Amino acid sequence: MTGAPLLALRQVETFYGPVRALSGVSLDVHEAEIVTLIGANGAGKSTLLMTICGNPQASSGSVSFEGRDITRMQTHAITRLGIAQSPEGRRIFARMTVMENLLIGTTPVGDAHVDEDLARVFDLFPILRDRTRQRGGTLSGGEQQMLAIARALMSRPRLLLLDEPSLGLAPIVVRRIFEVIGELNRNQGMTIFLVEQNAHHALALAHRAYVLANGEIVMEGEGRELLADERVRSAYLAGA
Amino acid sequence: MAPQASSISAALREASLAAAVALVLALPLAGVRLPSGAAEPLAFRPWWVVAAVLAVFVGRFLIALHISTRRPRAFAAPPLFDRALGAMTPWRRWIFAGFIVAVALLPLMPFADRRMIDLGSLVLIYVMLGWGLNIVVGLAGLLDLGYVAFYAVGAYSYTLLAIHFDLNFWESLPLAGAFAALFGVLLGFPVLRLRGDYLAIVTLGFGEMIRIVLINWSDLTGGSEGISSIPAPTLFGLSFTANPAAGETAFHQFFGIPFAGVHKLIFLYYLILALALLTHVFSMRIRRLPVGRAWEALREDEIASRALGLNPVMVKLSAFGIGAMFAGFAGAFFATRQGFINPSSFTFIESAIILAIVVLGGMGSQMGVVCAALVLVLLPELARDLAGFRMLLFGAAMVAIMVWRPRGLLSHREPSVRLGDRAGGAP
Repeated sequence: MTGAPLLALRQVETFYGPVRALSGVSLDVHEAEIVTLIGANGAGKSTLLMTICGNPQASSGSVSFEGRDITRMQTHAITRLGIAQSPEGRRIFARMTVMENLLIGTTPVGDAHVDEDLARVFDLFPILRDRTRQRGGTLSGGEQQMLAIARALMSRPRLLLLDEPSLGLAPIVVRRIFEVIGELNRNQGMTIFLVEQNAHHALALAHRAYVLANGEIVMEGEGRELLADERVRSAYLAGA
Repeated sequence: MAPQASSISAALREASLAAAVALVLALPLAGVRLPSGAAEPLAFRPWWVVAAVLAVFVGRFLIALHISTRRPRAFAAPPLFDRALGAMTPWRRWIFAGFIVAVALLPLMPFADRRMIDLGSLVLIYVMLGWGLNIVVGLAGLLDLGYVAFYAVGAYSYTLLAIHFDLNFWESLPLAGAFAALFGVLLGFPVLRLRGDYLAIVTLGFGEMIRIVLINWSDLTGGSEGISSIPAPTLFGLSFTANPAAGETAFHQFFGIPFAGVHKLIFLYYLILALALLTHVFSMRIRRLPVGRAWEALREDEIASRALGLNPVMVKLSAFGIGAMFAGFAGAFFATRQGFINPSSFTFIESAIILAIVVLGGMGSQMGVVCAALVLVLLPELARDLAGFRMLLFGAAMVAIMVWRPRGLLSHREPSVRLGDRAGGAP
């Protein structure tokens, strides 16, 4: 890992009203890396991801992207810099068609490259090609997750944020989603920050990983390293 | 399926309950006849009460029986109408085109009299207002209970511009739209962070504010007296008066036909038809553009929309502004059609009717708005003979629509991207 990180968080604190959700989180994501953040329910994983997007904004500390401070920027302006996310719970536009969902994804970049980008995401998720006219809400959970990732990719991001892509999906679908995340990184050099509860899959895939507990980073290291770690195994991989 | 004993007794119970409620309501409403003179005593009409209670009892009993014995609908099968519309997409265009032609030919038909043409343009005003509000409520999902305020702004803008600056209808029309849009954006700012019920209450207040300002700012607006002798529109400079002022040519003189008052009505009818179609074409087109998609995305999920780079401020303000603009156009037309305006034309009930047209029509459905406007505007007009009962009928029609079509008359949402629009569509 040489050079400046693509995304850097320094001593980030985030509050929901009086409740402190993150206390002094620092982490780096470098170009072309997959970095995962694992932790239990309520540890603050999604808050951390949303703080990167400025919704809510960090109350102290800094978030910087490509060396630029984005801590106080508005969410829509942050997406324009090249950060896209597939939010927790997928949040597909249920009454709009798959094609319309994908077209919304082009908002930060305009529609100059739409056809090219559509072809690219259909190669990644061929099932979506057959579903273009179907309403988002009628897709299966796995298809919705694929659509959420594809929608995020339509903005040609430099950093892709994924919030629990395995949530509520069948094991075989989870495996497929993680394969695609790996392919994206290997073939297109996509930088990915992955928030997951499914520690086993996430650690096996990621180059580096952070463990979040009660709003603090309690451990960090290479993915495989943490996968073998006794404390991680007992806390997050029990039974795996 | 034969009705079961249990379902009959359940229906009887329900009917008795409804009859009891009807009794309470009917005693003061139908049972007492107000005297015409002060000296006369109140007349009591027991048979009216009995009739009302019996009608409710029998009606409720039959409905309850019908519901309990009906075979359950297959889950997820869309109602027949939606399915038919969905399957007939190529046909629908023809139906719609045929409908437009029929509407366009209506005033030329031999059976079309003054009243029908006048009523037709009244319906078209509400169709246009419904389509305009549909942008705000149906597409952007922002519940606006004060839409009539923009209608009023349009009407007063046209009137004041015409009277004080001597602008003709065509010059003031875009200005009236622009003023209304400006007010739409002004309303948009304070309510940006509100949603649902809270938004509805603030917009309701805004609508009332505009009306009260119109009443109290008498120097400008004439107060509750209103403003009369608003100039009528002209067709390329041709006026529709029997005796045009010196230097002007009237429509009948130009074409060398005898003067007839109905010409003006027909002209107004086509004018509002054109304005309404403009609204329709605009909303159809804008749904396919990024801004229209942004409205729908924001309606579906605000958090996801923001995460995908939509700026909610711009999206909401544009929806409020553009929706208000069409109300402004309609308002200018209303003023010129009536020739007289006062604040009592812009009360809350107008907002409620326009919203009812959008909701009963099926949110976001263009044809639904037409159907609902026909029902809600024509019904009270045609039922004038029923005098006091016409609002009752109006309410009953609304309840009936919501019972049988809970998602609106036409609840089908047409996708904005069709097959063949993009490479990569399914075969």
